[in-house]
Amino acid sequence: MSSDVLERAAAPQQAAPRTTNAVFTGIGVTAPNGLGTEAWWAATLRGEHGIRPVRRFDASGYPATLAGEVPGFDASAHIPSRLLPQTDHQTRLALVATQEALDDSGIDTGALPEYAAGVVTASSAGGFEFGQRELEALWSQGGQYVSAYQSFAWFYAVNSGQISIRHKLRGPSGVLVSEGAGGLDAVAQARRQLRRGSSVIVTGGVDGAVCPWGWTAQLAGRRLSTSGDPERAYVPFDAGARGHVPGEGGAILVLEDEQWARERGARVYGRLAGYAATFDPRPGTGGEPGLRRAAELALADAGLPHEAVDVVFADAAGLPDLDRAEADAITAVFGPRGVPVTAPKTMTGRLAAGGASLDLAAALLSIRDSVLPPTVHVHRPAAGIELDLVTGAARERREVRTALVLARGAGGFNAAAVVAAP
Amino acid sequence: MAEMTLEELTGLLRECAGEDESVDLSGDVLDIPFDDLGYDSLAVLQTTGRIEREYGIYLSDDTAAEAGTPRLLLAFVNEALAGVPAAAV
Repeated sequence: MSSDVLERAAAPQQAAPRTTNAVFTGIGVTAPNGLGTEAWWAATLRGEHGIRPVRRFDASGYPATLAGEVPGFDASAHIPSRLLPQTDHQTRLALVATQEALDDSGIDTGALPEYAAGVVTASSAGGFEFGQRELEALWSQGGQYVSAYQSFAWFYAVNSGQISIRHKLRGPSGVLVSEGAGGLDAVAQARRQLRRGSSVIVTGGVDGAVCPWGWTAQLAGRRLSTSGDPERAYVPFDAGARGHVPGEGGAILVLEDEQWARERGARVYGRLAGYAATFDPRPGTGGEPGLRRAAELALADAGLPHEAVDVVFADAAGLPDLDRAEADAITAVFGPRGVPVTAPKTMTGRLAAGGASLDLAAALLSIRDSVLPPTVHVHRPAAGIELDLVTGAARERREVRTALVLARGAGGFNAAAVVAAP
Repeated sequence: MAEMTLEELTGLLRECAGEDESVDLSGDVLDIPFDDLGYDSLAVLQTTGRIEREYGIYLSDDTAAEAGTPRLLLAFVNEALAGVPAAAV
């Protein structure tokens, strides 16, 4: 399923001239170390992680037994009963994050022109747990036992669709599927839609497939850590790096045309100042991975020199080769230890398409609060990693004005986004 | 041959497709269109599939589209039930 197919053309808008600046005005978070933006952010600054033995299914017979699961999530307390039979767990999380983001933005969606607002999210698997249950029903009991809602509940685009329906956001919509890079790619697509005339795009990503089917798929990718120690399983850039812990959740962000946001008196967290995406060279052909180019192109798109960047949120793969490649890319742009680098995802695990969106949320709140969240569990950087990692505790700064967020997706996707103070 | 009651139908609707907060399903809803009860065509399809399984009947593919109200759906179901030997139910 490609975004081209799912993306509807923007409806014609009023002819008034618009700025092309895209600003973030709302944040909603469901993360393994906190449900809700402020709960998650406070835990993140305290260095509290949410990596635990898997609870959603019995993972004891699998090589990987740890996950980052959103704590204390009671679906029936958050989701109307009409939506429960038709939604996967990660869709429910996305709907809760969306409600928080829209409330936070102060937008009255009911008062918007009909096609002024749309939805662009990222996904890497769709509703895997839902799909597994229905496929099990299919082969064990027969077709008549399969839910009619299987027709959409496991699609990549399901979160965009459900968000659009629930909040009557009838403008351009779509889904980006580029694994871990998706959380940035979606926001960039949202910016494109603003430039084409939309006023508001609900964007970001909430993802996760903590179920046997999802587990098997992720194990086949050979990137999961098989450590059973929550404090040692996912240690990117560390000499002991051995893969990552997968998790669920992410962030939904409200991205608005700046002029429109200013006119309605919105509180602005920051601007999406720059973005770029690149592909790695085809496997086996050699050559430098695309991450450095993505970072440089994103800075160029923002019109900012690398000296302007106050912090880099790393992709933090947690595998020695990929960690080294990322450290080399950062060092090539900023010089050895040339910029503070952090990976708060060490507290959540990697959330597939949700991870980079959560990093965007962290970047915006770093700017708001003049603080850099820590990278936990990393004690001894691997040889050759010349990064100024924010380890130990959060770092207070006089000011944080600009953050670079890096993200990679399995399959050769690279993305970089520059977030700047309003 | 027992007929399916409105109460049984609304119970299955609740299980299959939830319940809209603004609707009182326990009231007199026989002639209220499913759309107004908060059930779209997929919700009705999900429910008719469940009825087929629970009652051992076959409903044509058009049932969900043609049965616009609980009264109409019950008529389709009970017509099918009338043709099923009691032992099969």
